[in-house]
Amino acid sequence: MPASSTAYLQLEGLSKRFGQFLAVNNVSLCVERGEIFCLLGASGSGKTTLLRLLAGFETPSAGRLLLDGEDLAGVPPYRRPLNMMFQSYALFPHLNAERNIAFGLEQERLSKRQIAQRVDEILEVVKMAPYRARKPHQLSGGQRQRVALARALVKRPKLLLLDEPLGALDRKLREHTQFELLNIQQQLGVTFIVVTHDQEEAMTLATRIGVMDRGEIVQIGTPREIYEFPATRFVADFIGSVNLFDARLSTASVSVAPAAVDAARGTCLHSPELPAPLLVDQSIEAAADAALWVALRPEKIALSRQPPAQQHNWARGTVREVAYLGDLSVFLVRLESGRELRASLTNSSRECAEQFARDTPVYLSWDSTSAIVGSS
Amino acid sequence: MRLPARSGSLAQIRRRLARAASGRAVVVGIPLLWLLLFFLVPFLIVLKISFSTALLAMPPYAPLLEWVGHHIAALRVHLSNYQLLWSDPLYLDSLLYSVRVAAGSTLCCLLLGYPMALAIARAAPARRPLLLMLVILPFWTSFLLRVYAWIGLLKDDGVINNVLRSLHLIHQPIVMINTTFAIYVGIVYSYLPFMVLPLYANLEKHDGALLEAAADLGAHPWRAFWRVTMPLSLPGVMAGFLLVFIPAVGEYVIPSLLGPANQLMIGRVLSTEFFENRDWPVASAVAIVLLLLLLAPIVIFQRYHNRELEAER
Repeated sequence: MPASSTAYLQLEGLSKRFGQFLAVNNVSLCVERGEIFCLLGASGSGKTTLLRLLAGFETPSAGRLLLDGEDLAGVPPYRRPLNMMFQSYALFPHLNAERNIAFGLEQERLSKRQIAQRVDEILEVVKMAPYRARKPHQLSGGQRQRVALARALVKRPKLLLLDEPLGALDRKLREHTQFELLNIQQQLGVTFIVVTHDQEEAMTLATRIGVMDRGEIVQIGTPREIYEFPATRFVADFIGSVNLFDARLSTASVSVAPAAVDAARGTCLHSPELPAPLLVDQSIEAAADAALWVALRPEKIALSRQPPAQQHNWARGTVREVAYLGDLSVFLVRLESGRELRASLTNSSRECAEQFARDTPVYLSWDSTSAIVGSS
Repeated sequence: MRLPARSGSLAQIRRRLARAASGRAVVVGIPLLWLLLFFLVPFLIVLKISFSTALLAMPPYAPLLEWVGHHIAALRVHLSNYQLLWSDPLYLDSLLYSVRVAAGSTLCCLLLGYPMALAIARAAPARRPLLLMLVILPFWTSFLLRVYAWIGLLKDDGVINNVLRSLHLIHQPIVMINTTFAIYVGIVYSYLPFMVLPLYANLEKHDGALLEAAADLGAHPWRAFWRVTMPLSLPGVMAGFLLVFIPAVGEYVIPSLLGPANQLMIGRVLSTEFFENRDWPVASAVAIVLLLLLLAPIVIFQRYHNRELEAER
């Protein structure tokens, strides 16, 4: 066994095949103790299968799974030192909150007194002590979620798996619960693996995110890395709102902007959809005629009525739609090439969106540090 | 401007409610009428006869109300039939025997039927209809014929004894026909589907995630069954128990064809009183007592079921 395997949770080349369908494809991953690792992906991306492999409800077709140095191969779910919070919560309908939470402890050889004490403790943590005698059907969605969380946490698992933990809650409750979940996690120091399709949930909860697509993890990074530096076109498109351009390396790169960009690091590109050259403050190794993509987030585009001073990174168009969202306004701008771009503006003053009403001709511009270029 | 419109819609709502109420009255009323005509009225007649005495007449019992003079009616209520039931050990014996046999065979049905229902509920969804059909298949042959068939299987020179003898496993036939054992076999065989179907209906609804949750929390599959599946299936067990136990107590055909001649079940006592002794009052008293005894488990089940329904809401 290689001595380098010091990570708390380690997946090595894990795969799961259902008939012809490869649900999880060669996933390797290390998670450190105390982390909140989010598996983010659309439905069918294999994230739930990966979670079920961890829980032991599915057996891997290939690969290894190590938790705290212990190989989990062949360990049945009821002997794994980890617990899961189910998407549907899966509370036992015939037991009240307290008995639901005690269920897991009753399977260990603990005295009645110890069980009662630990149930009391966890009920305090999730603030459910007043509702301990209620049956699941007498609890609200948020309360059920807390009971489910308490039932999993009371076992003091080495790893807590959460399947769409906030999926069944309404928006207001979600925000509140998100922060509470973080609080509890820090309080108890349990390592979390969260599966979600909701990027907002992943962004706020995770220390690191693994973006999944068609059974593979396509990028692992902190929320900021995933958002600001998407590794692939899929990630750029999947996370947040983005304008994506097809682009090629420009042959006239040096002559257009000799001073604006450090030639060693920067890349000059050309896109048929944009009137001006694209300057990206990032180097890329690609063939001269390779098909590249450039991603530009809407909030990084500046709108103005006057043409910008710079020679590069700008476009001209007319406002087609304005969506006022309260904290920000989103503009759909049609360029002369016919391409529509999304740009957003923080409503820092009450009237600032007024000057870019529908059908107003506008100029769009952005920094060379704002866009991201990639080849895959 | 808005008030008349609103009151108009109110009137509309009221009319719609009235129509819905009358619709509900029809839907509830038809079965209610049915039960009144074909259950309550006959029950009252039987109750009336049970307080009468037997006569060699047509009908073969004394009327309760008799005109003894001008404008004077005499009400003659006899409790002698109920007294007889209590004092003659025949009735109590056969009643206890019936309850014992019914309870025993219901338990056998449960022990056989639960694994069957569980297996069907956990089979692949595409295979369930076939398995269910196999459970219901015996109903396509007459009940009477199927019980007769058991005579051919169980009798001294029947199929089972002949096979065992030809294999030289036995030399003397095993006496099975006309024993309590044969009644057990007949009841379990005939009523098994009534145990399997309500159990299946219950087990099929169970959320698979609950068992996964139990496993996740450290429960071995056996413990998960006892702590989760079993308690959640109790309404199904109750329904199956009543569907088998109640008809089994009053069962007439199976004990008549397969059972012992010296030990009668209450259903046979009842029919003997009616048709052979022509003692309608005693037979009616037996029927009434049986009904009252069987009412108890039904009431208990109803209570339980109501609580269950409330819990689901």
